[in-house]
Amino acid sequence: MSGAASTLRDYLTTPTPRSRRHAALQRAWLAWRRLRNNPTAMAGLGIIVLIVLVAAFAPWIATHSPFEQNLNNRLAPPSAAHWLGTDEFGRDVYSRLVYGSRVALRIIGLVTVITGPIGLLIGAIAGYAGGWVDAALMRITDIFLAFPRLILALALTSALGPNIDNAILAIGITGWPPLARLARAETLTIRASDFIAAARVIGASATRIVVGHVMPLCMPSLIVRLTLDMAGVILIAAGLGFLGLGAQPPQPEWGAMIAAGRKFVFDQWWIAAIPGIAICVLSLGFNLFGDGLRDALDPKTHS
Amino acid sequence: MLRKLAGLSGSIVLTVLGLLAVTFVIGRVVPIDPVLSVIGENAPPGAYERARADLGLDQPLHVQFGRFVKKAVTGDFGVSVLTARPVIDDLKRVFPATIELASLATLIGVLLGVPLGIVAAVRHQTWVDHLARILALIGHSVPVFWIGLMGLLVFYAELGWVGGPGRQSIAFLDIVPVRTGMILLDCLIDGDFESLADAFRHIVLPASVLGLFSLAYICRMTRSFMIEQLSKEYITAARIKGLSEWRVVMGHALRNIAVPLVTVIALSYGYLLEGSVLTETVFAWPGLGNYLTDSLLRSDMNGVLGGTIVIGAIFIGLNLLSDILYRLLDPRTR
Amino acid sequence: MKKVALALAAVLATTGVASAQTPRDTLVVGWKFDDILSLDPHESFEFAGSEFGAQVYDKLITFDPQNIGPIKPGVAESWSVSGDGKVITFKVRQGIKFHSGNPLTAEDVAYSVQRAVTMNKSPAFIITQFGLNKDNVKDKAKAVDASTFTIETDKAYATSFVLNCLSANVSSIVDSKLVKSNEKDGDWGNTWLKTNSAGSGAFKLTQWRANETLSYERNDAYWQGAPKLRRVVGRYMADANTRRLALEKGDIDVARDLQSDQVKALQSNANVNVRSIRKAYIWYLGLSTKHEHLKKPQVQQALKHLIDYDQVANTVLAGAYANQQTIIPQGFLGSIDDKPFKLDVAKAKQLLAEAGVPNGFSVTMDVTNTYPSPEIAQAIQATFAQAGVKLELIPGDFRATLTKYRARNHDIYVGRWGSDFLDPHSNADTFAKNVNNADDAPAKPLAWRNSWQSKEFSDMVEAAMIERDTEKRKQIYENLQRKFTQSSPFVVAFQNTELVAERKNVKGLAIGPISETTFFRMVEKN
Repeated sequence: MSGAASTLRDYLTTPTPRSRRHAALQRAWLAWRRLRNNPTAMAGLGIIVLIVLVAAFAPWIATHSPFEQNLNNRLAPPSAAHWLGTDEFGRDVYSRLVYGSRVALRIIGLVTVITGPIGLLIGAIAGYAGGWVDAALMRITDIFLAFPRLILALALTSALGPNIDNAILAIGITGWPPLARLARAETLTIRASDFIAAARVIGASATRIVVGHVMPLCMPSLIVRLTLDMAGVILIAAGLGFLGLGAQPPQPEWGAMIAAGRKFVFDQWWIAAIPGIAICVLSLGFNLFGDGLRDALDPKTHS
Repeated sequence: MLRKLAGLSGSIVLTVLGLLAVTFVIGRVVPIDPVLSVIGENAPPGAYERARADLGLDQPLHVQFGRFVKKAVTGDFGVSVLTARPVIDDLKRVFPATIELASLATLIGVLLGVPLGIVAAVRHQTWVDHLARILALIGHSVPVFWIGLMGLLVFYAELGWVGGPGRQSIAFLDIVPVRTGMILLDCLIDGDFESLADAFRHIVLPASVLGLFSLAYICRMTRSFMIEQLSKEYITAARIKGLSEWRVVMGHALRNIAVPLVTVIALSYGYLLEGSVLTETVFAWPGLGNYLTDSLLRSDMNGVLGGTIVIGAIFIGLNLLSDILYRLLDPRTR
Repeated sequence: MKKVALALAAVLATTGVASAQTPRDTLVVGWKFDDILSLDPHESFEFAGSEFGAQVYDKLITFDPQNIGPIKPGVAESWSVSGDGKVITFKVRQGIKFHSGNPLTAEDVAYSVQRAVTMNKSPAFIITQFGLNKDNVKDKAKAVDASTFTIETDKAYATSFVLNCLSANVSSIVDSKLVKSNEKDGDWGNTWLKTNSAGSGAFKLTQWRANETLSYERNDAYWQGAPKLRRVVGRYMADANTRRLALEKGDIDVARDLQSDQVKALQSNANVNVRSIRKAYIWYLGLSTKHEHLKKPQVQQALKHLIDYDQVANTVLAGAYANQQTIIPQGFLGSIDDKPFKLDVAKAKQLLAEAGVPNGFSVTMDVTNTYPSPEIAQAIQATFAQAGVKLELIPGDFRATLTKYRARNHDIYVGRWGSDFLDPHSNADTFAKNVNNADDAPAKPLAWRNSWQSKEFSDMVEAAMIERDTEKRKQIYENLQRKFTQSSPFVVAFQNTELVAERKNVKGLAIGPISETTFFRMVEKN
C-alpha cells in the first residue's frame, strides 16, 4: 500500500484498483455506502446486530438460568422478579427468550453453511460444464424444488428423528436448490464474458476458472439471496419446533416455546405470544437487511 | 408448441419419479419398525415374519422401490395406521377441506391484494405504498402458526366473534350430508343456512390468516409488475394522448400484467398448501395439512408419505398449470 | 331424521351459538381417542378401543357401574370350578339377543374364545396364557350345550385371576353368525369387524371415523335395562384446551382427560363439576441394565432419590397424577401404599460416589411426545442434574420410542404401563418376571426390555399366579413389591388419575380404573 493510496478512504475510492482484491473491496465499500443511506436496511442491520449481541452476552443480559425450574412458581405473570413471567416449569421466560437467540442464530448459521456452498458448487458446475452435467444437476434441483420446502423438511426430520441437528440438516437439504438455480444463471452470464474466454485462452483449467473467477462473481447475488433466505429459515425452524420436531427440551427454542405456551394460551397468553414476537423481529431484521442489500449490491433492480 | 409440451411432460415424469424416490428413501430411513405398526405390540413371533413378507420388506431394495412406484402411481399408499383405512381414501376425504380453505384464502388474497398492489404502484411512495410494503414484510416475517394462535386468542376466546377450532360447532356436526366435502358448498346445496352461518364463522379466521400470506405475496408481485409497466413508453404515450389515469392503468397496464399475475396466483395457491400444514394444525382443520401432521406425530409413515406425495404432485401440477397458462395466454408465445 | 336435525339446528341457531346446548337425549363427550387402531375386540388393545368394547359387547364376567371393583356375573349367570381347579363351567344366561336379533348362546361364547385365540392378535395372550392355542382351543374352550360353556386351563390357576381375565376386552362375545357371514379368506371377519360391530351390549355403534367421531345409539333390548340416553356421541378433540372451552360454552357435556392447569380455571365455573378418577396406569422409568452405569444397584438407588415425587405430582401434574412407587396400582388386589423414596440429592450423590461415578454421568432418555411425558421428563431432567446426571431427552411418537424400547436400544425409557386386566398378575408379570433374557426371546416383558432377570422375582410371580387362597396371594404380591422397589431397575413414580369435567346436569357416568370399566349406560341428563 504505497503511493497515492495513503489513507484507507483513498484506497477504497481510488478510480484505479490495483488488484482483484482491491476492486472487490471497493465494490463492497460502494455497496456499504449505498446501504448506509437506506434507513430500513440499516434498521434491519440494527436488529440483527442487536440480537447477535444479545446472544453473545446472554449470560449477562439474562436474569436467571434458562433451565432453572421452580415448580412452586409456575405460570406467573410478568413481575419485577420475572420480567416476562414464568413458564409451566417456573422457568424465567425472559431469560429463555434471551438464550433462545443463541439457538436461532445457531440454526441460521449452520443452515447457511450447508446451503451456501452446496448451492454455489452445484450451480457453478452445472452452469459452467453445460451439457449432460447441467441437465442432470438441474433435474435433481428441480426434484427438490418440486416439494414444498416445509413439507419436505417435516418428512425428513420425522424420518431422521426429531432433534435440532436433524432439523438443521433437513432445512439445509431443502434450502440449496433455489441457490443452485441462481448460481447457475449467474454462471451462464459470466461464462459468456470476455475475460473468461481470455482465461481459457491462456490455458487456465476449468477448476481454476470456476473457483477463481466464476464463484467469486456469483457471490454478491448469492449473499443477497442467503440473507433473504435466513428469514425463511427462522420461520421453518420455528415451525418444526412448534410441531415438536426441532429443538428439544429444555433448549429454549422460540418455536418450541410457542408450542409449550399453546396449552395455556387462553389463560396465560404471554407465554405463547412473546417468543412469537421475537421470531417476527429477527426475521423482519433479515428481511429488511436483505432487501437493502439487494438494492445496494444489485443497482439494476433499484426502482 | 407440441414439442415443447412433449418435453415438458417428459420432465414432469422425471420429476414425479424423483419425488417418489425421495419419499421412498425417507420411508426407509425411519427408525420405526413398520411391521410393528401393523401387528401391534404383543404379537407372536410368527405373525411378525408373516407381516414382514406381506409388506414386501424381505425383498431387495430396488424391487421394493419398483413396488412402491407401481403402487403410488395407482394411488395405493397402503393402509393408515391411524385410521385403519387406505391412505388414499383418507386423502380423498380430507382433501376438499384443504381446497376449500386454500381457495377462500386465495380469493381474499386476490380481491384485496391486486387492487392494493395496483394502488401502491400508482401512488408510489404514499401511505398505500407503505401499507403494501408492510404487508409484504409481514407475509415474510410472521410465523403463520403464531398469528393463527393469536387470532384464536383474540377473536375466539376473548371477543367471541368467530368460531373455535374445527369446521363446525359441535351441535352442527353431521347434520348436512357430505356431497362435495366442502362444508360451505354442502350447506348451500342443502339449503341449510344456519349451518352455513356456523361454518362461515369457523372458516373465516383460518382463511384470513392464510389469506394474509396470499395477500402479501400477490400484492407485492402486482405492485412490482405494475411499476414496471407504468415506466414503459406506451404508458407515457397514452398519458400524453390525454387518457385518464384510470384508463391508463386499468385499460392498458393491467391488461399487460394479467398473464404474469395469473401465474403468480397459481403459484401462491401452491404456497398456501404448504402454509395450510401449520394453519390446519393450529385450527384443528380436518384437511390435508392436519392429516399430515397427525400422521407425523403418530409416526404413521404411510400417511406421511401419501400426504407428502399428494402435496408434491399438486405442487408440480400447479407449476405446470402456471407454465401452460403462461404459454396459452401470453400473446407473444402464442 | 334429517328434518329433526335441521329443526334442531334452527333452534340452536336462534338461541345463539354462544349458549349452545347439546340435545337432551344425547351425551356429547369430547376426548382424544386417537389410539383406536381397530374396533375388533379380539384385536384392539388400546385404551379407547377397550372402552368401546365395554359399551358394545358383553363378557362372561362384568362389573357393576355403580360399584366398580369386585367382578360380577355378566353373560355367565354362574360358574363352578372342578376339583383339580383346571376346568371352569359357566352357565350362560338365556334370553340375551345380539343387536342383529340373533340369540346369544354358549356357541357364541365358544366361537369368540376360539376366534381370539386363533387370530392371536395383540391381546390374545390374556387368554392364551392359560395354555390355550389354536390347535387345542376347540377342545379346551367349548359349548357343552346351548347354555353351558367350559374352559380348561393347563394349570390350576388362582380362580380370581382367570375370572379377571375373562372380564377383559379380548373376552368380548361376538355375534358368531354375523361375523361368519362377513368372513373373507379365512380372516375370521377381522377386516370387517375392524370398523363394524357385532355385539349385544348396551349400545350399538353408529359411526366411527378415526380422529373425528365415535358414536353410539342405545340398544333398547339390553338385558340389563336400556340406557337412559338415546345417543352417546364421542367427539375427537385433540387439544385439552379446546375440550375445556367447548365444555364451558356448552358444546359438549363431558370433557375427558383434562390437564391440571385447565382444571383450576374450571373449578370456578358454576355449571361444571370436576372429578378425578384413579386409573390403573403406572408411570415409571425403565433403566436398561445394558448401560454400564445404570446396571449398578447404587446408581439405580441414586436415581430413585433424584425425583421430587410429591412436588411434580402436585405442580406440573397437579391432580392428574399421584405419587405411587409400587407396581400394583391402588385399587387392585395386593396393592400397598409404600413410598420409600423422596428427593434427597446428598444421598444420591453419596450413592453415585459408591458406584464410582461421583460426578454423575450422561445418559439418554426416550420420551413419547404426548402429555404428560415431556412434562415429567423435563421435571426429572432438572432434579437429575442436581447430582450431575445429565439427561438428554429423545422424544418421539409412542410407536417410535416403543420400537426402540422393544429392541432394547434405550438407556432410560419413561413409560406408562396400563394394566391389561383388573388383576395384579398383569403388572407383576411384566415388571418382575423374565424367564428368557435372550435377544430373540419370544416374550418381551418390561423386565426383558431392560435386560433384567431375577429368578427370585420370576418365581414369586409364578407362585402368586397359582395361589388359590386369595389372602395368601395378596401377601405374596405385597412382599414382592417391597423387595421390588428396593432392588429393581425400575423407578416407579406416579399413578395416573383421569380428570373429567362434566356439565352440572350430567349424572351417572361411570369411569373405573381400566378402560373396560367405563360405562355410559347409566348416564342421565336433566
